[in-house]
Amino acid sequence: MGMTLTQKIIAAHCGRKRIKAGEIVMANVDMVMGNDITSPIAIREFEKNGFIDVFNRNKVSLVMDHFTPNKDIKAAEQCKTVRCFARDYRILHFYDVGKVGIEHALLPEKGLVGSGDLVIGADSHTCTYGAMGAFSTGAGSTDMAYAMATGQVWLKVPVAIRFLLKNKPSKWVSGKDVILHIIGMIGVSGARYRSMEFCGNGVSSLSMDDRFCIANMAIEAGAKNGIFEADEKTEEYEQAKRKRTMRYTADEDAEYEKTYEIDLSKIRPTVACPHSPDNTRAVEEAGDIPIDQVVIGSCTNGRLEDLANAAMVMNGRKVSKYCRTIIIPATQKIYLEALEMGFITTFIEAGCAVSTPTCGPCLGGHMGILAKGERAASTTNRNFVGRMGHPESEVYLVSPAVAAATAIAGKLVSPEQLGGF
Amino acid sequence: MLYGNNIDTDVIIPARYLNTSDPKELAAHCMEDLDKTFASRVKPGDILMAGTNFGCGSSREHAPMAIKASGIACVVAIDFARIFYRNAINIGLPILECADAVKECREGDQLDIDFNKGTIYNVTQGKTYQTFPFPPFLQNIIQAGGLMQAAKKTKPEGRV
Repeated sequence: MGMTLTQKIIAAHCGRKRIKAGEIVMANVDMVMGNDITSPIAIREFEKNGFIDVFNRNKVSLVMDHFTPNKDIKAAEQCKTVRCFARDYRILHFYDVGKVGIEHALLPEKGLVGSGDLVIGADSHTCTYGAMGAFSTGAGSTDMAYAMATGQVWLKVPVAIRFLLKNKPSKWVSGKDVILHIIGMIGVSGARYRSMEFCGNGVSSLSMDDRFCIANMAIEAGAKNGIFEADEKTEEYEQAKRKRTMRYTADEDAEYEKTYEIDLSKIRPTVACPHSPDNTRAVEEAGDIPIDQVVIGSCTNGRLEDLANAAMVMNGRKVSKYCRTIIIPATQKIYLEALEMGFITTFIEAGCAVSTPTCGPCLGGHMGILAKGERAASTTNRNFVGRMGHPESEVYLVSPAVAAATAIAGKLVSPEQLGGF
Repeated sequence: MLYGNNIDTDVIIPARYLNTSDPKELAAHCMEDLDKTFASRVKPGDILMAGTNFGCGSSREHAPMAIKASGIACVVAIDFARIFYRNAINIGLPILECADAVKECREGDQLDIDFNKGTIYNVTQGKTYQTFPFPPFLQNIIQAGGLMQAAKKTKPEGRV
């Protein structure tokens, strides 16, 4: 029996020709990452257990993106711990205010992760790099400490579910709608412990930004990872960013627990309603929902194409008077590119606030917290109770195009419903 | 202490408390957005029981830390979300998957758990449940008290 794409990558990183689902293996990591919330615990565990150096200072990334620019004294103290560690252990890939981006947009942009890599990160959305054909998965701070010390991680080899994507998405439909549709279909534990392997003729119609978004939200279906095979688009993306990458493909006779066929052309702009990412429906069927705040950003949808889609909708228009709209480009490079292309001007003239890169409101940290009874439409990735603020606030997860249309209308609408294009 | 399905990490420990990793502080806010009485009701040795997909959501290790620091001796669920599962093992928080036990136990029941064998004995109802114990590799980690402790035992290089 052949191996799935994920199994191939894991096998290659533990020096084995063949591995089976369910086995526990010890794999070598190409990169281990943490942020300002998860790294302090990892650092404490690392130092408490007497490790005196990281296994490879080129294979550790520390990204200060969650509560930065520091939102209070405690957040500052947490960052200080990481700042000192980065300096003391001469960590090459340390990113702080002014140079930082949201981790899962930053690492691919900097060429720190690539096709064929095995990456663990102390953040659940580490699965994002599967878009490039890497095996990447979220883990905890202790895993991060162990990997920093030894360069290894223990993994249980997953079974895979295959998603055969067919045809092309229609206008205004992007990676976010595709993954929300899938999560709505299979549920928040529909891929629990599985690899979600995306293939089929529809993949070539998805941009890298679409694929990052889809892989990013694999965790919301409970998956261990989400992954696409690398193709020409991947190669084009990686050019000039990376010297060396590996390409893997699933074996012809790989076994999948299930195969789902997804017709991309039939997917409508989709919303995940409170309080679960699997509570989905077409935006047009969601009813009349006034919105108090719109957030466009995050590791899910803060990339250039996302901003381009939002700017296309907002061009020449103003956001609704009582709808606060916050735009957060995911990295400084994206911010600059958006400036050059006039998107930032469009956003500010429309009445939006534009922020330095930060995870901020996505997890209810800062830069846009909700009061009791408020509702947000957001391009982020989770909407559990209290996710963006008060336990009695609500979050609706949408694509950037829908978020932008919603900001203009002051209520949840798709670009088609908004009209005027 | 009995809860339902899909208990996510945002209710186990909300993000507004993630600017600390002090176990006592985390314990004080454990389960706050779901059950405000949890932190005051929980006693050392209590068992937390829940439905499917316990701990879904974020990778924050603060979640199993908060539960462990609050005095919970073991979490028994129908099944666990994968990052929570590995985090619990890595910090030495005993967890077991046993659907039958979760379905039949009631809040307040006295339980006797043999973690190594995977046996749960409901003293109050006089019922025994058997589940799969962990494979040796993971038993090793849990017995050592966590991943780093197990690492110290087997990898002398790298220590001061």
